[in-house]
Amino acid sequence: MLGQQLANGLILGATYALFALGFTLMFGVIRVINLVYGFYFTAGAFIALYLTRNLGWPMAVAFPAAAIASGVMAIGIDGLLLTRLRRVGAPELASLMVTLGAVLALYATATALLGPDIKRFPASVIGAEAMEFAAIRITQAQVLILLATIVLVGGLLALMHGTRLGLALRAMAENPDAAGLMGIDTIRLAALVSFISGALAGAGGVLIGLNFNAIQPYMGEAMMLRGFVVIIVGGLGDIRGALIAGLLLGIVEVLTAGYIASGLKEAVAFAILVAVLWSRPAGLFGRAVTRRA
Amino acid sequence: MSSLIVEGLAVSYGRTEALKGIDLRVEEGQVVCLIGANGAGKTTAMRALSGLVSPRAGRIVFDGADIAGLRPHRIAGLGLRQVPEGRQVFAELTVAENLALGAWLVTDPAETARRRDRVLARFPRLAERAHQVAGSLSGGEQQMLAFGRALMGAPRLLLLDEPSMGLAPILVDEIFAIISALKAEGTTILLVEQNASAALEVADHAYVLETGRIVLEGPAADVASNPKVVAAYLGG
Repeated sequence: MLGQQLANGLILGATYALFALGFTLMFGVIRVINLVYGFYFTAGAFIALYLTRNLGWPMAVAFPAAAIASGVMAIGIDGLLLTRLRRVGAPELASLMVTLGAVLALYATATALLGPDIKRFPASVIGAEAMEFAAIRITQAQVLILLATIVLVGGLLALMHGTRLGLALRAMAENPDAAGLMGIDTIRLAALVSFISGALAGAGGVLIGLNFNAIQPYMGEAMMLRGFVVIIVGGLGDIRGALIAGLLLGIVEVLTAGYIASGLKEAVAFAILVAVLWSRPAGLFGRAVTRRA
Repeated sequence: MSSLIVEGLAVSYGRTEALKGIDLRVEEGQVVCLIGANGAGKTTAMRALSGLVSPRAGRIVFDGADIAGLRPHRIAGLGLRQVPEGRQVFAELTVAENLALGAWLVTDPAETARRRDRVLARFPRLAERAHQVAGSLSGGEQQMLAFGRALMGAPRLLLLDEPSMGLAPILVDEIFAIISALKAEGTTILLVEQNASAALEVADHAYVLETGRIVLEGPAADVASNPKVVAAYLGG
């Protein structure tokens, strides 16, 4: 029983980590708190739903396609909203207000167009068969979640620490002006960061959609609250911290639901946030820096 | 031939006019210094030249092309390289990574390696500390890293913004020895300094900036012997 709970928590936490990674990457490199981010999560889920249900694509193709489409959408929306704010050197509060307004408008529009009701992937897409390892039952969807998280997180870490582009991103995270003096086009890199983080959010949306098989326009909003918990507990801009905090949050939620009461899982998550901030204001892992990952 | 011609350069921050239209010229192979008190507009001039702020008016002609208002990465790509005020090395990255970033625009790894070898021969301390993070270096070592990083970009014009700031006197001498060596090799340099006596010693030509305006210019030796300069900047 405990083993099963831990496995479920780990898988849920993996999607939280995946989602929070994009959020923290964007904050770490571009230094904006982008509340539209949650919408890319919703977008990813709906795009995958459309591709599988309406076009009959297999999930293996629809999943990466939805992630890429969410990333492209993020380039457009972030570029429109944030480029101007950065150019005029607007304070961080301005990006918070602008992206808050934008994301509420986007959710409301999506609800008007798609309807507020919960939608589900076709049964054929989900893969109902489950596997059993040492009395722990894991569905195909959960295997996909785990694999996708490992691949995407591994890919992100390899990009940040093993490539020239990652070096430029870490330089930009630390000092955008000095990065510009090196010949790095910081606006183009900001667009790349939008793409990567949008794609991670979109991927998270598809995976959570699969995990709970429930898709609705405001699903990104609930996720954003968890995203905040994860990146604040993990340390703003800290990739490694987001990964660990995401996994922990998933496990804590599942254990709370399993052993205490399912209705309490959010309360416990936010109590942890307050407790961490109260005792360690810079997050669990000390300083918040993307480049340390 | 002129490397850099600045005409009527004006920069404002909101309603504050930091530069009120300055003219300035750097000939190829020359060291030109821009001296002035804190707040005179020296760093603003440097930021405008490297594209970190957009000028309100004026022309910046570098190697025959107007670069005023271009973004920093474009200007860096033309070979106008800056050692910024306060060094601004990437403290969380290693010395080797900082140097690699200086050659970000170089796509040929062999060329990057050649430049790195030259920089490390000039600054052996950087070779010893190649795998340390830059934040763990001393102030003097960080300044050498900032020089090395700029030299990795093979500058056609090197902008030095207060390179001696915050360094112990013995290190200041070392920094000016480096500048003299670069000059002897034919590097074109625009040097902004508060340490006017050392700057005037190494420079061919000098400009004096006061509250956003050039108030005096001439061969460095003449400027150094001007009574007003002696009184205001040389502790006479």
